[in-house]
Order: sequence, then structure tokens, then C-alpha cells
Amino acid sequence: METHAQPNAQPNSSELSAPQSTNRRNSLWWDAYRRLKRDKVAVISFWIIVAYVIMAILAKTGLLFPDVNASVGDQYMPFSLEHPFGTDIQGRDILARAVHGSATALSVGFIASGIALIIGIALGALAGYYGGKIDALIVWLYTTVDSIPYILLIPSLTFVLGRGLVNVYIAVGVTSWVTLCRLVRGEFMKHKSRDYVLAAEALGASHARKIFRHILPNVAHIGFVQFGLGFVSAIKFEVILSYLGVGVDPTTPSWGIMLDDAKLELSRPFWGNLLAATLFMFFLVLAFNLFNDALRESLDPKLKNK
Amino acid sequence: MIPNLIGITLLTFILFHVMVKDPATRFAGKYATAERVETIRAELGLDRPLHEQYLFFLKQIVTLDFGRSWATKQKITTMIDDGFSATLSLTIPPFIASIIFSVGLAMFAAYHRGGFVDKAVVVTCLAMMSISSLVYILFLQNVLAFQWGLFPVSGWDPSWTGRWEYLLLPWIILFVLLLGSDILVYRSVILDEAYQDYVRTARAKGLSNRAVYTKHILKNAMIPVITMIVIGMPFLITGSFLIESFFGIPGLGGMMLKALNESDFPVIKAMTVIISIAYMFFNLLADIVYSLVDPRIRLR
Repeated sequence: METHAQPNAQPNSSELSAPQSTNRRNSLWWDAYRRLKRDKVAVISFWIIVAYVIMAILAKTGLLFPDVNASVGDQYMPFSLEHPFGTDIQGRDILARAVHGSATALSVGFIASGIALIIGIALGALAGYYGGKIDALIVWLYTTVDSIPYILLIPSLTFVLGRGLVNVYIAVGVTSWVTLCRLVRGEFMKHKSRDYVLAAEALGASHARKIFRHILPNVAHIGFVQFGLGFVSAIKFEVILSYLGVGVDPTTPSWGIMLDDAKLELSRPFWGNLLAATLFMFFLVLAFNLFNDALRESLDPKLKNK
Repeated sequence: MIPNLIGITLLTFILFHVMVKDPATRFAGKYATAERVETIRAELGLDRPLHEQYLFFLKQIVTLDFGRSWATKQKITTMIDDGFSATLSLTIPPFIASIIFSVGLAMFAAYHRGGFVDKAVVVTCLAMMSISSLVYILFLQNVLAFQWGLFPVSGWDPSWTGRWEYLLLPWIILFVLLLGSDILVYRSVILDEAYQDYVRTARAKGLSNRAVYTKHILKNAMIPVITMIVIGMPFLITGSFLIESFFGIPGLGGMMLKALNESDFPVIKAMTVIISIAYMFFNLLADIVYSLVDPRIRLR
């Protein structure tokens, strides 16, 4: 049995007498970190993601392309050094819009996935730990949400809430917690009767202490992996929603809006919007996909010996 | 199953009757007169108390009579009926084609695991999955249909003999959309088998790599492969949502997105419930097939 709990949670482990630092360096997290550092693809992907984040922050603070909505020339200017992807129908620089679009995409990924993370872990922990009626209710809730296809539920929700970035966060966030909730519930059911939790109980630990101090650290790795996966799918959903006209406001720079514009421009033919949105999205999503894979492998004890 | 059905109706009702502030105004548009909004509201029963509206909605579902669309005045039941036939004729062929192609390629990649071929397959798949599905549709529709004229740009013929012409390009696009994730899933499923004890035994008794794969792994991997196929079956209902609206195919998805654009509330509500029930049905079918294929499941 592999537990990575705090030393005081393990009643008769030899690690009790071991120095604190050795114990930390043998934890799941250190192990995962070492594995990730060895994986070149994961390291490169990580730095690509960091580059996107820096770019988004620079764009949002006005240091990079501050006049994103301003017209800089004629409409549909061809590709040039000054405007690498040309200009769109209103004469706005497409590169600037794509850069600002990554800020929109990253914010949707981070916030929507964060909302899903909180809901998923909270409900999953409650259901798995307490069982009984609470469990039945939460299972009913997530099987119901799960029986409505996402591609149907999310557009309906943004349709009802109305257009806007905040509503995209909410719509994607409150619908994407099901998988995480199911996994966390399963882990809590498994862990709650394990020796280290029983020992904590014998020492007089409260429910909250058992949930947060003892079980949650042993389940948190699932949250990490699901957060990464949720990030990618939230970004993809933002693009689709904005394209369908139920996503962000048309004035907000977004890759989905750019693709919507591209639809009418392809017959001209003008490729700027399609090319810019595709390339910017491609590298971010690819980096995330590769990093998620590496992260999952490094955190999954079962795969370690392969 | 039954509690979930009730859950779906509750969720749909809350979404479209409680959270939407005033459906009648939203449908009538900004410039409608106050009387017109009042008439619409009375016609649709939106002025009655909420619990009556909910009971009426339940009655509609049980009797399978959802009334008429606000926008086209067509009977919604007929629309859904036609929608299923259009959607399924769009999704079934690429679904099957992708399985055959993906399982073959996944087996090939797994056989060469860790080698150049395997890595190339994995990286290509991940790259394919990193492009938005919208881009595939936009690009292929524009180049193959609009510029090169190989296929009709969009359109639909409700007769069974006439529809194939319009389905060809959507099939190709759906097939391409499925490939990336399908190959990766089947590869990992087959690789899971490659680490089982019986494989070690087979190698220990001196079988060649080829014999281990064709005689042992392939047969055993069929169970998880079939599981994955079955798990993917709800795709048959939901997989073509975007494509349908691009190609003007009156399937379930195309109808749904059109209704969202037109604030056609009765259609949206009916579609949400019907599609969810169909989706649940495919999930149930998945469970049944799963236990038929693998007798061990029933023993547990």
C-alpha cells in the first residue's frame, strides 16, 4: 500500500523516526517533479505554456499591443513584416487580436477549470466520505448532469445567461466537474477505511481534519491531472461558443470570434484570421496535451514501473 | 435511469423557465409592441404559475407532443423524427471507418512501441487533436467544396437515395476529426494488455514478438477495444452538432443550434430532453454490450 500522508498519519511506520527532509524528498510530489524534469518534452511544453502566460499578462497590462481594437490601416491588408497576419475587415492588426485572444483563452481555461476543480473536489469528497443519503444525492446530481451532452448543455447555459466572458467561465465551470467528482468520490471511499485514517480517528481527529489533513493530500494528484485536462477542454469550448455567437462579446478578442470572421473571408480568399487563430491555439493546446500526458504518467504509481 | 430522467426535466425546466427572465420578450425581439409580447405570453402559457408550467412540460414529454416550433410552425415531433435519421446517417459511417482504421494503426504503433513509428504516430495524433474542430470544418469545406468544387458546399435531400451526395464531405471531415483521439485511446488500451502476466509467460517460453502480438495480445485486447467502442457510442448522437450547422444538414445538432439562434424555446427544450434520453439510451446500451462481451463483468 502506498500512502503519501503526513508522518503523523502513519501509526507504525519506520518513517516516523526518519528526518523530515528525507521524507519530503521521497514523497509522490518530489518523485513526480524529478520524473517531469527528466522528460524533455514535458519541460519544453512547460516553458511554452509559461511563454503564453507571460504574453497574456503583457497584453492585459497594456505593454504588448495596447491598441488592439484600433484600426491600423486598410481592411484585409496582405501579410507583411509590420502586420504578419495582415489586417481584418475593420483594419485591425490580426496578430494583436490573436495575442489578446490568448489572454482570453488562458483566463477561460484557468477560471472555468478552477471552478470545476472546486466543485468536483468538494462534492466528491462529501459523497465519498459521508456516503449514505448525501452520496445518493450527489451521485444523482452528477449522473443527471452527465446525461445531458456537454455540446448541448454548455451552449444552452450561455444562451440563458447571455453573452460575455464571465458567463463563459460560469457555464463551462459548472458543467465540467463530473469526471473529477466521480474519481475523487471513489478515492475517498477507498481511503476512508484505510489504516492511517482510522489511526487519525483513534487520535481524536475531527471529520474536517480527516478530510483535509489526511485524505485530501493523498487524492490531490487526481485534481492536478483533471485540472490540466479541464484547462484544454475549456479553451476549446470557449472557441466553439464564441464562434456560435453564445460566447464572449464580439468586441472581446477571441480565437472563436476570429474563426467566425474567417468563415466569411475564406471565399475572398483571405486566410489571416484562420491562420493566426489556428497557429496560436495549436501551440498552446499541443503544449498542454503533451504536458498533461507527462504529468499523468509521473503521478500515476501504476505506470511507474513501465 | 428514472431519477435521472426526472433530473433532466427539472434541469431543463429551471434553465428555460426560471433562469430565462422573459422568454416571450426574447422571442418577440427588441422592437415588438407590449401587446404582441402579451399575446405571445398568453399563447405559450407563460403567464401561468411555475408548477403548472412544469406539469404541462412533463405532460408534453410523456405524450411525446411538444407542440409546434415558434419559428417555423412545424410540429416538433416530426422535426425530431427527421433529425434522428439525418444525424445517424451522418455519424454511423465515419464512426465505423475510424474504428477499423484506428485499431489497425494502434496495433501497428503498439507493436513498435517506443520506436520511431510509434512516436511519430503519437505526436501526429496529439498535433491533430490540438487543432480546433472548427478549423478542420472551415478549411476542408472551403478548399474541397468551395474552391475545388469536388463536393456540394451545403444542402440536403431528405430522400434516402439523394442524400449521399451531400454526406460525402461531412463523412470525410468527421473521420478526420475522430482519428487523433481514437488512435491514441486504442493504442493505450492495447499497450495495457502488453504488460499483463500472460504476455510475460508467452515471452518466457520463447515466442517471437510477432507471435506474442498476433496470437496473444490481439485476442485479449479485443475486450477493452470493444469497451472503448461502446463507450464512444453516444458520439452517434452528439458527434455531428457543428458539422450539421456548417453543411445545412437538418439533423439534431443543426436544428438545436438554429433554435438557439432564433430563441425558439419549445424546440430547444424538446431537443434537450430528447437528445439526453437518446444519449442515456446509448450509455445503457454500452453497459449491456459491455457485460455481454466480458463475462467477468457479470461475475463481479
